[in-house]
Amino acid sequence: MGYLLRRIAATLPVMAVVALIVFLLIHLAPGDPAALIAGDLATADDIAKLRTALGLDEPLWRQFARWATRLLQGDFGTSIFTQMPVTALLAQRIEPTLSIAVLTMSLAVAVAVPLGTLAAYAAGRWIDRLVMLFAVLAFSVPIFMVGYLLVYLFAIQLPWLPVQGYVRLGEGGVGPWLRSLTLPCINLALVYIALITRMTRATVLEVLQEDYIRTARAKGLGVLAVLGHALRNAAIPIATTVGVGIALLIGGVVVTETVFAIPGVGRLVIDSVQRHDYPVIQSVLLLSAGVYVLVNLLIDLSYRWFDPRINA
Amino acid sequence: MSAVTLSDQPPPLLSSRARWLRKHPTLIVGALLLLAVTLLSLTAPWLASHDPQEIDPMARLQGSSAEHWLGTDAMGRDVFSRALWGGQVSLQVGLTVAVLSTVLGVLLGLIAGFVRWADGPVMRVMDGMMAIPGILLAIALMAVTRASMTTVIVAITVPEIPRVVRLVRSLSLILREQLFVEAARAVGTRLAAILWRHVLPNMVAPLLVQATFIAASAVLIEASLSFLGVGVPPQVPSWGNMMAEGRNFIGVAFSIIVYPGLLLAATVLAINLLGDGLRDALDPRLARQL
Repeated sequence: MGYLLRRIAATLPVMAVVALIVFLLIHLAPGDPAALIAGDLATADDIAKLRTALGLDEPLWRQFARWATRLLQGDFGTSIFTQMPVTALLAQRIEPTLSIAVLTMSLAVAVAVPLGTLAAYAAGRWIDRLVMLFAVLAFSVPIFMVGYLLVYLFAIQLPWLPVQGYVRLGEGGVGPWLRSLTLPCINLALVYIALITRMTRATVLEVLQEDYIRTARAKGLGVLAVLGHALRNAAIPIATTVGVGIALLIGGVVVTETVFAIPGVGRLVIDSVQRHDYPVIQSVLLLSAGVYVLVNLLIDLSYRWFDPRINA
Repeated sequence: MSAVTLSDQPPPLLSSRARWLRKHPTLIVGALLLLAVTLLSLTAPWLASHDPQEIDPMARLQGSSAEHWLGTDAMGRDVFSRALWGGQVSLQVGLTVAVLSTVLGVLLGLIAGFVRWADGPVMRVMDGMMAIPGILLAIALMAVTRASMTTVIVAITVPEIPRVVRLVRSLSLILREQLFVEAARAVGTRLAAILWRHVLPNMVAPLLVQATFIAASAVLIEASLSFLGVGVPPQVPSWGNMMAEGRNFIGVAFSIIVYPGLLLAATVLAINLLGDGLRDALDPRLARQL
């Protein structure tokens, strides 16, 4: 219990630093933050009014204190462009993004762990080389290019799947929802399959050299059972890679949602940049950092489940 | 190793070097591929058949021809010429970001590793920066600045710095306990001299590998930013911009996206292969850390 509390407490300074960075972003950038928010068409008078309205003439520390207090109360501010509370705006956009994230990660783990284990088992042979070649390729080809290739092949040349768009789970049911997510998720998953496959291969390869694996083999255990033993012991580095992948995932979602015209949080960020809607951008940064910290906390805690020896 | 001790005389330098190279095929393939892309983009002023900005409304969305080798885009601009010039943008961003983030990361990492009171504050800020997904931080930085080559480079560099700081700090923690550092300290060498003469040289190999991977990711992020419309200004012929403009015409002329995309993929692949090769060649133990 003490361990759990210590781990949770350790995330607080990280989130405080994130809040500070996100706050300072528009204050440290060259130029007047009021002019930045007002946009290119504003007059000097508009800018002055906005400065007073937003409290931008107060000392920086007081602005931060007020902003942070509101955040702690769950108030993420108001979108400048839509005049809606940012939390409401995010709530509208979260479903597609969450769907993509969960499906992509599940697909990636389901494909990458067996693939990496296979490569480790066949280390040095052609199947291993093929898997590693795929991994380095998937790492190098830009997500959006693969996305358009998938659209071109499976939506335009072969009209199997929708070209673009998203069908809400509540509107069309599971079938159309899955169909609208198939290409985006395969697209985004490729990068994570590459990442997790490489990590799985490296770790399993190392575990396979251990004495207890030799013992397991010597006593006549089947290949699958031996690999099962190995995977269980390779779980921690693999889980850590998945945790790092979550941060990349949120970044990847921005690109994928643009390629497939999906109205999620990623698309919201890009629209907000073009609209100079800073409260929205700031909130998405905070939200994704929060998700990253939370997921990594859960993964840290899962170490004890994978390896009961970690107790101290 | 045993072959060398058994032979009467050491083999000539050239053949041992050739053998070393043969042992690291990824390094060679990556370096050659990168060299090819670099030469292609550096010779753009002479190789390009057209002005990359030249608009020709009469020749929109054409296929490849003797006049336009890789066809034309939606504004009738020559895809081949634009693709060549686009390489300069990508390579410039990759190189600059790798150098800048490494230099800044080394500075901060050494401070964290050798100045005890600074360790906590520096690393907490790095933890915070790493919690924000890199491309989102870059997008946010682009949102508060005016789009230019410089702001793109800064926006991509900032999120890469914490990775270098972490590497340098963890290496510092090992190196500062080493006997040669202790000895230098005991004879009264100044900290700056210890860092420059004894610590930094021992970090060169891992830093070089790390910088290579940063360059690869910088090239990809630059293209992604351009593609999302928050990168270098649209009139700059970067591969990302070309693909962003071409995406509305994939049904008509898929080639607009394919050529810059293939060049981009080849470039990133070359840098990644070079990084993998360097890592294996310089220090196999690094394979675990990076």
